[in-house]
Amino acid sequence: MRPFSYTRVSDPATAVEEVASDPDSAFLAGGTTEVDLIRIGVARPRRVVDINALPVSRIEEAPDGGVRLGGLARMSDVAAHPVVRERYPVLARALESGASPQLRNMATMGGNMMQRVRCSYFRDGDAACNKRAPGSGCAAIGGVNRGHAVLGTSEHCIAVHPSDAAVALTALEAVVRLRGPDGERSVPVGDFFLPPGDTPEREHPVEHGELITAIDVPPVPAARTSVYLKVRDRESYEFALASAAVVLRVQDGAVAEARIGLGGVATTPWRAHRAEEALVGAPAEGASYELAAVREMREAVPRSMNAYKVELAERTMVRALRTAAARAEGVG
Amino acid sequence: MTRQTSRPRLPSQARREGREGTRPPEAGPGEVEIALTVNGTRRTVRVEPRVSLLDALRERLGVTGPKKGCDQGACGACTVLVEGRRVLGCLTLAITCEGRPVTTVEGLADGDRLHPVQEAFIANDAFQCGYCTPGQLMSAVALLEEGRAGDDAEIAEWMSGNICRCAAYPNIRAAVRQVRDARAEGEGGR
Ligand SMILES: Cc1cc2nc3c(=O)[nH]c(=O)nc-3n(C[C@H](O)[C@H](O)[C@H](O)COP(=O)(O)OP(=O)(O)OC[C@H]3O[C@@H](n4cnc5c(N)ncnc54)[C@H](O)[C@@H]3O)c2cc1C
Ligand code: SF4
Ligand code: FES
Ligand code: FES
Repeated sequence: MRPFSYTRVSDPATAVEEVASDPDSAFLAGGTTEVDLIRIGVARPRRVVDINALPVSRIEEAPDGGVRLGGLARMSDVAAHPVVRERYPVLARALESGASPQLRNMATMGGNMMQRVRCSYFRDGDAACNKRAPGSGCAAIGGVNRGHAVLGTSEHCIAVHPSDAAVALTALEAVVRLRGPDGERSVPVGDFFLPPGDTPEREHPVEHGELITAIDVPPVPAARTSVYLKVRDRESYEFALASAAVVLRVQDGAVAEARIGLGGVATTPWRAHRAEEALVGAPAEGASYELAAVREMREAVPRSMNAYKVELAERTMVRALRTAAARAEGVG
Repeated sequence: MTRQTSRPRLPSQARREGREGTRPPEAGPGEVEIALTVNGTRRTVRVEPRVSLLDALRERLGVTGPKKGCDQGACGACTVLVEGRRVLGCLTLAITCEGRPVTTVEGLADGDRLHPVQEAFIANDAFQCGYCTPGQLMSAVALLEEGRAGDDAEIAEWMSGNICRCAAYPNIRAAVRQVRDARAEGEGGR
């Protein structure tokens, strides 16, 4: 592990200044991505700036009926929060299905949004990887790509975005609040994750030194019966092969509102717009769900080992939609 | 915004706070002296900032209960409590633990009297090689505190951050159940 130095900061302005002014400094939150990547030589900061003492860890109800999650709120605390559980079960479930209890006690919401891909070629310092070493190629495209993405890929990178929480936040249309040297700004989650395109090394529209201070989740009444379904190689402590976050409102037997996020199959937390369009106005029944799911996955680009993900994603979506519809009808 | 500091700052940093134009101090990359409170005892140790809590405990402080399985967050053998919460020692930097009490498996027993969870592990044969056991014990203690031992499915899910190569899982769950039931009985009898 390469040596690095350490600075502890206690206010956001200093945190931003320290990192923005030094290209080789990096924020350290829970460390569950950062320490891991430094140890394996993929991240190489000269210094880490410990932001754990910053006063941005609260979980607060917003006056409009939404909730503000502090950038340093821990995954476990967000998942356990009564307001989150009641208003956004999809988020509580996504958080609790990620990583392990120990990791969730450490990991922060801000860090979760900024976590890096789990592609083994990205983590292996020697393989060709455009994300780690721009221009070197992508070893996964002709290599072992069973876990890789089928949506949002490019010829330069096909790595899956690993976050579960971000998939729920995509369906909820949350907003990321950033603080940088020039002040504060907000970025909708839908714009926060960049598809690889020609620049897979660039994953977010975030400048070096910009700090995630909070994530605002807007009021979404239909989210009270929302669902997160995660399918993986083992039952727990594993990343998704496919996952679906579903917010569904049913009126008089028809779908009145549908928001769907997909995980495990795309290079970004994927908003299933095509499926949503197909659903609104359709009868709330299996045939509509199947049609919508197929429509979403029509543009999938499978690689040598991951064609199964197309059908897996369809089935995951259908099952999540069925569950969400049953719950929505349960509350009338 | 109110300033809310959840943990002590480096002393030199606290001194500098509020002074215009001073920057927070940088520690390392060489060794620096830090103070850790491990199982109730305050100890100073010299570490580079890159040293994990796990390595500081095992290599510098002789606290070898926490084990190193994967060193990348994937097995749970290094599980310890920091400020009462279960975390992974391998992904925690030691220097971030100044002023935050650390509990390892060595801190569970009361003198020669084992912790009820340790007793239950023995009674239920909840280990074979024992390598994962210190981590399993710390997770089990935390899980009972968290109230996540409702049924077997819940125990399995909330113990899933601790991998056992010997697959002692059914017996680990039995040990957790036993402590849970004993506690429930104890409370009912009061
Ligand atoms: C074994 C294992 C299994 C996992 N399984 C899952 C899973 O199933 N699902 C899932 O969703 N995740 C999973 N994770 C990932 C985990 O959720 C992330 O590592 C975690 O959320 C990162 O948060 P952190 O606070 O630890 O970030 P850190 O590691 O401290 O930081 C991560 C990155 O974000 C930057 N950063 C941190 N905070 C901020 C901020 N406030 N503003 C700007 N930049 C910031 C850091 O500089 C760094 O680049 C797993 C991780 C491990 C190790
Ligand atoms: S898929 Fe992306 S992260 Fe993986 S090797 Fe290719 S470029 Fe790198
Ligand atoms: S050694 Fe820490 S999780 Fe494996
Ligand atoms: S007892 Fe051998 S690894 Fe668990």
